[in-house]
Parts: sequence; structure tokens; C-alpha cells
Amino acid sequence: MIREFGPNEIIYITLAIRYTILLSLIAFAGGAVGGLIIALMRVSQNKYRRWFAVAFIRVFQGTPLLMQLFLAYFGMAILGFPIDPWTAASFALILHAAAFLGEIWRGCIEAVPSGQHEAARVVGLGYVNRMRHVVLPQAMRIALGPTTGFLVQLIKATSLASIIGFTELTRAGQIISNATFQPFMVISLVAALYFVLCWPLSKLASNMEHKFNQATTR
Amino acid sequence: MYDFNFAPVFDSFGSLLVGAWLTVQMSCIAMVVGLILSIFGAVGKTSGPKPVRIAINVYIEVIRNTPFLIQLYFFFFALPALGLRLGPNQAALLALVVNFGAYGTEIMRAGVASVGHGNIEAAKTVGLNFFQTLRYVILKPAMRAVYPALTSQFIYLMLASSVVSVISATDLAAAGNDLQSQTFASFEVYIVITAMYFAMSLAFSGVFALIGKYAFSYPVNR
Repeated sequence: MIREFGPNEIIYITLAIRYTILLSLIAFAGGAVGGLIIALMRVSQNKYRRWFAVAFIRVFQGTPLLMQLFLAYFGMAILGFPIDPWTAASFALILHAAAFLGEIWRGCIEAVPSGQHEAARVVGLGYVNRMRHVVLPQAMRIALGPTTGFLVQLIKATSLASIIGFTELTRAGQIISNATFQPFMVISLVAALYFVLCWPLSKLASNMEHKFNQATTR
Repeated sequence: MYDFNFAPVFDSFGSLLVGAWLTVQMSCIAMVVGLILSIFGAVGKTSGPKPVRIAINVYIEVIRNTPFLIQLYFFFFALPALGLRLGPNQAALLALVVNFGAYGTEIMRAGVASVGHGNIEAAKTVGLNFFQTLRYVILKPAMRAVYPALTSQFIYLMLASSVVSVISATDLAAAGNDLQSQTFASFEVYIVITAMYFAMSLAFSGVFALIGKYAFSYPVNR
């Protein structure tokens, strides 16, 4: 029997957006911690730390996210963990986000004028205090726009988790589409939901970048 | 301890190379067609009539704020409902072109906007005609300004194209899926495939850097 595409189906798909949001938040939170570490390693004085950060960023930016998800998924089985789409998707997306945020934030840290580093050093601040009280607060202002922009990329990227069996918005749409044979309606609805989620963030990101550019250029 | 077994993967390495070639082919075609679409989009967005500008803006915002996977599903699963039935490879190519076109339009528009108005007036003053102005004063500096963004967008396109294997289009990822269902060496297959994608993105950025150095670098006095 073919199911109708009715209110229940619309509600089922719409509610599945919570898993998309949750997965995006997990990936963003984990990626932010990892990204900060990678960004600090990337601007470090120690060349091995720098090399590690460069290699990490290159590998994750130079390979498809889908392959990273497959490797996380099948790699878990090899390491003896039970295969679970939640863990695999979170793990792969966190590493993916760490690489991209690391590269974005490196640029923001380097955009803080070097006089600020030097002045902080002259007044006797150690590495931790220099970064925490002088460099990072200024870098954060620069980073706000690009980071929000990346969040949009990340939300869109979570749709790939559907391929390894994670039931979020895209997969919920697929399930309903297969049951109702109404692919046009279902896919349009799913696309509209992603749009509603991403568009305000995109606008916010470009407003912030615009405001920042106006504040710093004449 | 898990025993890695790469032998079956390398026994069928030929099929993976064919897949890699298909990925390169598909990405290059999508890039060229997408670039043409982008140029029209950029011209329409900067100097078209208002309805055209609004339509282009809607296109850009919709594509940039929805996942590529959904766009792919739309062209493959939803378009037949409207009476347009595409094969997997055609749907994949169309999705890649439409996706690239949105990002490319913004990149090209920024490039044209980066050419100073004074330069165009100066070109007019020294007696260059419309096509000379377009070629030497607008397009060449604009291409220089956007070349790095375009090349990274291309590499992004090539990596994103791995997703088309889910609608059974033939590319490197699809060749990998076939091989892993024959050999059951899933992890090994995907390690090799990932390494191949990595090699391809390194190779392309190398080639692009070389082209950029000779064709799109700023003239320097030596």
C-alpha cells in the first residue's frame, strides 16, 4: 500500500530537522575545540607542530567528506567498536570541522597586527596570557563572520551522514519519499527546510563581514 | 588485531583508475560549462534588468543554502515527476553545473567589481574600443583577481562530485563501492580511494599554481 503524503509525513520530516541541528552542534562544538588547537599549532614557533597542523588541514581539505565518513564508519568496526552511525558521523564531522576552522582561525590570528604580540611580550605576558588576553579576543572579532559562514557549510555537510545510515533531515525525506512515491514534494520540502535553517545564518555571516570591513577600511 | 589486506584492492587497481578518470572528466566538463553559466550569471547580475537580477539572486541563494546532495536528489528523483527523466550521469553533471554556477557567479561578479571604474574610463580615453576594453582592462585583471578562488572552487567541486555515486552515477567513489562489495575489504578500498582523491587534489592544485604563475600573475618589473 502506498502511503499518502499528508500532514503526518510533513511533521515527520520537519521534526527530523532536530537531528540535523544536533549533529551540526556536536560537529561544531568538537570542531571548535579541535580547530583552536590546530590554529594555535599552525602559528606555533615549533616547526613540528606547524607541520602536523599543515598536514592535518591538507588531508582533510583535500579528500571528500563522504570518504572521511566511510573511513570513520568502517574504521570503527576494525578497531573493534560496534558500528554506530551517530558515533561515526560525529567523529568524521568533528575532524572535518577542526581542519576547516583551524585554517579559518589561523588567518584570523595572523590578521591581528604583530605589534600586539610584541607589545604583549614586552609587558611580560607569557604565551597563555598573551593568547588569552591579547591576541585571541581580537582574532575572535575578525573570525565571527567567516565562522558563521562555515557553520552553514557544516549544516549542509551533515546531509552526507544520511548515506551511512544516520537518520536526519535528508534520510527522513528519503524514507518518506520511498513510502509515498512523491519525490518532488518531499525533496522540495527538505530543500526548503535546509534553506530556512541556512539562509538566516548566511545573511548574518555576510552582514558581520560587511560590518567588519566597514569598520576597518575607509 | 585486524589483518589489512590490500592485495585484492591492488589487483583491481585498473578499475579504480578508470573511475578516477571518470571523476576528472565529469569535474572538468562541469567546470567548463559551469564557468560559462557563471559568466552569464555575473553579467546578468551586474547589468541585467531588475527581474533578471532578482532571478539570479534567488538562484544563488537557493543553491548556496541547500546541500549538494539534495540538489542531486532533486535532479535525479524529483525532475521525472515534472516529465524530465535524466540518466544518473546526466543528472550528476547537471547538478554539478548548477551548483558550480551559483558559486562561480558570485566569484566572477566579485572579479568584475574589483576592476576600478577609473581604469575603464582611462581605457576609453586612450581610445580602446569596447572589445579591447573588455579583454585587456576588464577580463584579464578580473580573471587574475578571481583565479585563486576559481581553482579552489574547482577542487571543492571535484571532491563534492564523490557524492554522485549515491545515485549510481559512475565515478571514482562508485568504482570503490563496486570493489568493496566484491572484496569486502571496505576499509582498505576506502583508504586507497581517499588517497587517490587526495593525490588528484594535490595534482590539480599543483597544475593550477603553475598555470597561474604564467598566465594570471601580476606583471612585475624585472
